[in-house]
Amino acid sequence: MQPQRLPAGGRIDRSKPISFRFDGRKLEGYAGDTLASALLANGVSIVGRSFKLRRPRGIVGSGAEEPNAIMQIGKGAHAQPNLRATQVELYNGLVARTTKGWPGARFDIGAINDLFGKVFSAGFYYKTFMRPKSWWRLYERIIRASAGFGRAPTEKDPDRYEHRNAHCDVLVAGGGPAGLAAALVAGQAGARVILADAQNEFGGSLLGTKHSIGDARADEWIARTVEQLAALDNVTLLPRSTVFGYYDHNFLAIAERCTDHLPEEERTGVRQRLWRVRAKQVVLAQGAFERPLAFCNNDRPGVMLASAVSRYIRRYAVRPGKRAVVFTNNDSAYETAIDLAEAGAAVVIVDSRMGGAGSVAERAANAGISMLTGHIVTDVVGRRRVRGVRVAGWSGNPSYLVESSIRIECDLLAMSGGWSPAVHLHSQAGGSNEWDTDRLCFVPGAATQANVSAGACNGMWSLRDCLREGMESGRAAASRCGFDAADVDLPTTRQGHDNPPQPLWRVPADAEPERCPKQFLDFQNDTSVADIRLAVREGYRNVEHVKRYTALGFGTDQGKLGNIIGMAVLAECLGKSIPEVGTTTFRPAFTPVSFGVGAGENVGDLYDPVRKTAIHEWHVAAGAPMENVGQWHRPWYFPRDGEDLHAAVARECLAARQSLGIMDASTLGKIDARGRDVVEFLERVYTHNVGKMKVGRCAYGIMLGEDGMVLDDGVMARLGEEHFYLTTTTGGAANVLAWLESWLQTEWPELEVFLTSLTDHFSTIAVVGPNSRKVLEKVGCSIDLGKDGFPFMTVKEAELGGYPVQLFRVSFSGELAFEINIDSGYALAMWETVMAAGEEYGITPYGTESMHVLRAEKGFVIVGQDTDGSVTPVDLGMNWLLSKDKDYLGKRSLARPDCVRSDRKQLVGLLSSDNSTVLPEGTQLVEVPDAPVPVPMCGHVTSSYMSACLGHPIALALVAGGRVRKGETVYAAMPGREPLPVTIAAPVFYDPKGERQHV
Amino acid sequence: MLLIECPWCGERAETEFSYGGEAGIARPADPDALGDAEWADYLFNRSNPRGAHRELWNHAQGCRRWFGVERDTVTYRISGSFRLSGGVGKRED
Ligand SMILES: [Zn+2]
Repeated sequence: MQPQRLPAGGRIDRSKPISFRFDGRKLEGYAGDTLASALLANGVSIVGRSFKLRRPRGIVGSGAEEPNAIMQIGKGAHAQPNLRATQVELYNGLVARTTKGWPGARFDIGAINDLFGKVFSAGFYYKTFMRPKSWWRLYERIIRASAGFGRAPTEKDPDRYEHRNAHCDVLVAGGGPAGLAAALVAGQAGARVILADAQNEFGGSLLGTKHSIGDARADEWIARTVEQLAALDNVTLLPRSTVFGYYDHNFLAIAERCTDHLPEEERTGVRQRLWRVRAKQVVLAQGAFERPLAFCNNDRPGVMLASAVSRYIRRYAVRPGKRAVVFTNNDSAYETAIDLAEAGAAVVIVDSRMGGAGSVAERAANAGISMLTGHIVTDVVGRRRVRGVRVAGWSGNPSYLVESSIRIECDLLAMSGGWSPAVHLHSQAGGSNEWDTDRLCFVPGAATQANVSAGACNGMWSLRDCLREGMESGRAAASRCGFDAADVDLPTTRQGHDNPPQPLWRVPADAEPERCPKQFLDFQNDTSVADIRLAVREGYRNVEHVKRYTALGFGTDQGKLGNIIGMAVLAECLGKSIPEVGTTTFRPAFTPVSFGVGAGENVGDLYDPVRKTAIHEWHVAAGAPMENVGQWHRPWYFPRDGEDLHAAVARECLAARQSLGIMDASTLGKIDARGRDVVEFLERVYTHNVGKMKVGRCAYGIMLGEDGMVLDDGVMARLGEEHFYLTTTTGGAANVLAWLESWLQTEWPELEVFLTSLTDHFSTIAVVGPNSRKVLEKVGCSIDLGKDGFPFMTVKEAELGGYPVQLFRVSFSGELAFEINIDSGYALAMWETVMAAGEEYGITPYGTESMHVLRAEKGFVIVGQDTDGSVTPVDLGMNWLLSKDKDYLGKRSLARPDCVRSDRKQLVGLLSSDNSTVLPEGTQLVEVPDAPVPVPMCGHVTSSYMSACLGHPIALALVAGGRVRKGETVYAAMPGREPLPVTIAAPVFYDPKGERQHV
Repeated sequence: MLLIECPWCGERAETEFSYGGEAGIARPADPDALGDAEWADYLFNRSNPRGAHRELWNHAQGCRRWFGVERDTVTYRISGSFRLSGGVGKRED
């Protein structure tokens, strides 16, 4: 039973009934319906409550402009909030919920707000909830709970989304008459064309109309054109696809809804697809939005845009009312009156213009429609549904006051305040908009990118002009891409004579705006004429400020309905013209897009690439939890028998110090540097004397930014006269390579140096501890590993266990240690070989946590942990690394006054006075524990661990002037407990003379 | 998203590139000879024009080459890319 459904006509399929649920009610519609048309067919008039005043609201529009019918669609994890019912295709089993109003749109507890409408004026939230400040959180919670614009599903989204890149010659946004004509002309010329339209079928405003184009009916013309387009290999047709963003350099984003129109059980594959299109030329043909008029109670259910009424009648065979009043300031709504009359409704036209309409008036008269020209609708009777309107005679006097003398009973009011081109994409692209005083709308001004607007979105209202501009723009766009379009004859269409629209925005009423029922401008945000006047009285002048103060245009509809009349009202209040008040900025997205389509495939495992070392699977098999270091997954620790982190780390550290540990250090950044000028180059980027290094020697090196701050560090080795091997931190590998390349390519192109990343090619296995030499000897090494044959800080090529390796005698733990550099293809075999050989020494694999403890015991810093972008090598006590004999990047900065202050934060060690507290990293240090707040801070903890080897906690910290403060006490401020006294110490806690690594 | 022409690879999307700041900031030949203010000028101060801006880009996800681009900071229009030779920002002839 669909009481408002017409017995015949429309583009719905009456043989395919569809059942759906709306706020729990079971209803029926037909295939081809939108949720909105089906609701109207069922006589549902209230579809939501307004945001602030909780007034009952009905469907106003028929497309993207709809401000009221905002629904939650679907069930559970598939649900989508915030959809406009006017754009949701009906499918079997669809579940729709109103998202505004609790417990439901029909009985809303917040409706009491409407009784206090005067209290809820512009700026109400700002004024009321500002004080006391500490209450804001409470206010916010209440406001948000009662606002309720839908809820995001809490379950993980089970649907698939994808991103697709595309290139084309001509992108046509909008598939109405202008867009279809443009696409056809450009496509037939041979250009690669993408035609995207938000609706399920192409045709736009033509769908369901009685127009004829040449010798064809509108629907025949659409079908023929789409057929011609589909036959062209160079044309991609994208229905259900909204061009929602126009970005720099003709880059556009399209959201395609692939399966949202299907019953949930029939959906397979990708649900929504994001097209990222780079177009050579763009034709914008997105049409126009009809404007409302601001009369009293213009938000009552049953007050609709005239064009929407026509669309529901013609396209969906739904007659939204039996007795209709059409209130207009222009000719276009006369067609609606005729549509209503033909659908059997009683119709009265109220036309604000003294002269009424042009040629269409005669057709209306022939249809038996009565017309009141020089009249206006001042007020609407009825609360939950229009029951009638009050009408007054009006001569165009700009006063706010008029006397209503007529009352007309009706159940539908179709209003038309004129039309506004959809200039959104044109504006997003950077184009300006210009006010047209004849057509009373902003039309696109000069484009700043390669785009052109055609048809209604260029302010062209007649079908003939839309077709003409579509053809011309398609032809021009193709031609700019090098394709010549053949001449096409413009088909004949009926060309009426229109009388110009009248500049009528807010409608005079029986009382001033503050004393009459509300005249709404923005339905979604409840912004009324009185609110704009209040904002101006309170001193607001700039349109952007007024918008923010009154929330005009700040809803999910972004003011598609109300922005222009709102600005017109503001202009009137300020005594300015509309273009003087200015237009506002349009930003993507044109209509809301889902988070899913934004994320595409970049979720879960595909969110970010994962890098694994060649030995990764061994670590996993050993049960090591992983730590993410950038994109690398590194073993964190290797627990045994249910050990926790601390127990495992204590065991691992003791093993490395007392016998034998092994660590996968493969993530280390590795750069091969060679060439005629490699020494000169490295002298400029490292702070130490590179040239003095003998072949086969290793050195610890640091690089500085030009600002003198530590950029990266690592061991570097001289492999040959003109050949070096550089290591970087795990996180810094890519940046350091790019940094070095930038100097080579932009500043010193005369230097002949070649840099190659070896990070993935080679794996690095650190064999650490007093028994490390023995185990390598046991594995079988081709070189003498003795103290004199292979001294500390040297490198040699060798054969180890039958594998070719590069062996480094370096140590990041302070113990006797070797780093095996080996082709990644052999790395796992080598690891397993060493593990087997080390069994008799209790060889213990350790992860990043033990590595950190071992290095911290030795006071070795981690760049990026113990340093940030404000730490110089002098702050770290690394003066010994700074050559006085040469220039290097950053050297000059070290002499800047700020870098030589004695109170800079310097690296120190910290010992907890209670000998047991492991200070949280990041803990702030203060001089005086009970100083009044805000307490001045003198430093912070950068690294902190329990040292099993020493039997007490250790920490590294940066403390103002700390180097000369050894033995002094400062206080560690920790939340929820008393400040803990800590003693400043040298940053090397273990083997300060460094004897253990030299054995 | 900008469309940038790498002089070696051709037009590519902005996501393949990393930005390198203003071009033509040559490193002083003898930094030690500069006063603090002069050094700070080299280090920190940039022209930040409204309009044409010559800047460095690196084709990080491609050929890894650094090159120059002239871009309008208002319209983002790119008037051309140029190779670097003989120092920062010197247009190759
Ligand atoms: Zn390239």
